[in-house]
Amino acid sequence: MGINHLEDVLLYLDQSISHALPVLVAFLREETEKAGFQDVVFGLSGGIDSAVVAYLAVEAFGKDRIHPLIMPYKTSSPASLEDAQKVVSALGLEAKVVDITPQIDAYFANQEEASPLRRGNKMARERMTIIYDHSVIYRALPLGTSNKTELLLGYGTQHGDLASAINPIGDLYKTQIRKVASQLGVPQSILTKPPSADLWESQTDEGELGFTYDEADVILHLLVDDRFSPEEVVQAGFREDLVRTIAKRMMQNQYKRRLPLIAKVSSRTIGIDFRYPRDWGM
Amino acid sequence: MKELRIGLGQVRPALGDVSRNLDLHLENVNEAEKLGIQLLVFPELGLTGYYLKDLTLEVARQLDHPDILKMVAASRKVDVVFSFIEESPDHRFYVAAVYASKGQVVHVHRKLYLPTYGMFEENRHFARGKALNSFASGLGAQMGMAICEDAWHPSVPYLLSIAGVDVVIIPAAGPGRALSGDPNTGSQHFWHRLIRTYAQLFTSYFVFVNRVGFEDGVFFFGHSAVAGPDGELVASTDSMDAQLLAVDIDLDLLRKERYRSPFLRDEDPHLTLRELERILGR
Repeated sequence: MGINHLEDVLLYLDQSISHALPVLVAFLREETEKAGFQDVVFGLSGGIDSAVVAYLAVEAFGKDRIHPLIMPYKTSSPASLEDAQKVVSALGLEAKVVDITPQIDAYFANQEEASPLRRGNKMARERMTIIYDHSVIYRALPLGTSNKTELLLGYGTQHGDLASAINPIGDLYKTQIRKVASQLGVPQSILTKPPSADLWESQTDEGELGFTYDEADVILHLLVDDRFSPEEVVQAGFREDLVRTIAKRMMQNQYKRRLPLIAKVSSRTIGIDFRYPRDWGM
Repeated sequence: MKELRIGLGQVRPALGDVSRNLDLHLENVNEAEKLGIQLLVFPELGLTGYYLKDLTLEVARQLDHPDILKMVAASRKVDVVFSFIEESPDHRFYVAAVYASKGQVVHVHRKLYLPTYGMFEENRHFARGKALNSFASGLGAQMGMAICEDAWHPSVPYLLSIAGVDVVIIPAAGPGRALSGDPNTGSQHFWHRLIRTYAQLFTSYFVFVNRVGFEDGVFFFGHSAVAGPDGELVASTDSMDAQLLAVDIDLDLLRKERYRSPFLRDEDPHLTLRELERILGR
């Protein structure tokens, strides 16, 4: 059952979003304009997620209202930079390049022992502050580029790449992003290369996570959307250790998907019983 | 042929902004008058927006509030069905739809079934309606109203049918979800299937008017439609954008269909009542 089941679910995931584009584009346009913004800003890494966001944003706003930022560090792979430039030239965009090397190296100058994790998180957060700074410069709303797989697994830096005002792709699994990317005409080299956070040399997502996106997406889909218990996912033919790892990651990273907890002392507490829509007053 | 021209007022309300929504409704009434529309139907909570949460207290209006009186006055031009949070004199908050004609309130329907599951939390904020009735309109057709979730309980159209109804009006705020591998969302399939089935079973017209636009990232899928007593779709806006669609329905078709398929003649409500009492152990 195992492998067939995996392929069936992947096929289903692909098919289910084959007509999602108009919704994603309308979401971008309406939620941005309602907030009083005409322009959007986001980081363009050369990876598939931010490429998809760039293409969606062009559909929603036209090329003149979107402001991609390319923010390499000295160890960023040259191929990433090339891929980011491919998106920029394919869409006829004006992208600003901000090299984050000086500020990262200044911070870590006397901390040679800093781990790759610390350095990676720092870079993600520096990029976030640059995006938000440019949000003021361009009067543009920061777009999120995290997908559903990353959000569920907590595979992202809190207040770093996970930060944004609105996110058009947060309900799409990584494999669904590939489908949407091919519909949008994202360059082939971006579609086919192994996904990487590119926080250190030769890092790949799948290498770091210890499982493939195909596996993760199918297991997450069964757990989340189809409400399988982990036991039922195992019975469907998936490796028990893998199912446990993914279920545990999802649970342990819930905090990254929520606002900080607040100690309740009043009769109306933010996030508990002070309940307004995010679109309040828009 | 005895025709009735119905307007599907598929609008995009602003969340929590009653005065803006009132203007939007009044503009549509003026447009409807030009199109020779006799009855203009707006979606559920068109005057207030849907995901209100604690905004409920701000947007609720009693029936004699000036904003509501303006809508009622507009019915001098065209019969109109509009929806808002109705506050009773003893301060209960209902999801209500008003049928107004010739400057008078003809009927108020308070939503009976308040969805409180998954993405819905209506029972948290609103009071449940307790009564269901059909009513005469001055348009040569007996009318009944059911708001969104009401229509998912077959007892509602059944009771309206027994009370006597030619046209069932369903104002809705239906979110688009469960995207399928189809240009149309899962939700839209459910709704069109539902109104066609009801229309055929109860040999009546069913008028489904759904809103459009986004609230907190959730989109409302529009696709307002009318189904006839033969179970066929008379018309659909076929769109998730705002529009006003004029639909002519043939009231003579009720006569022919009720002769051809005399379900209404043969329906035995006394049997239903007896068996309900027995089943409920009275």
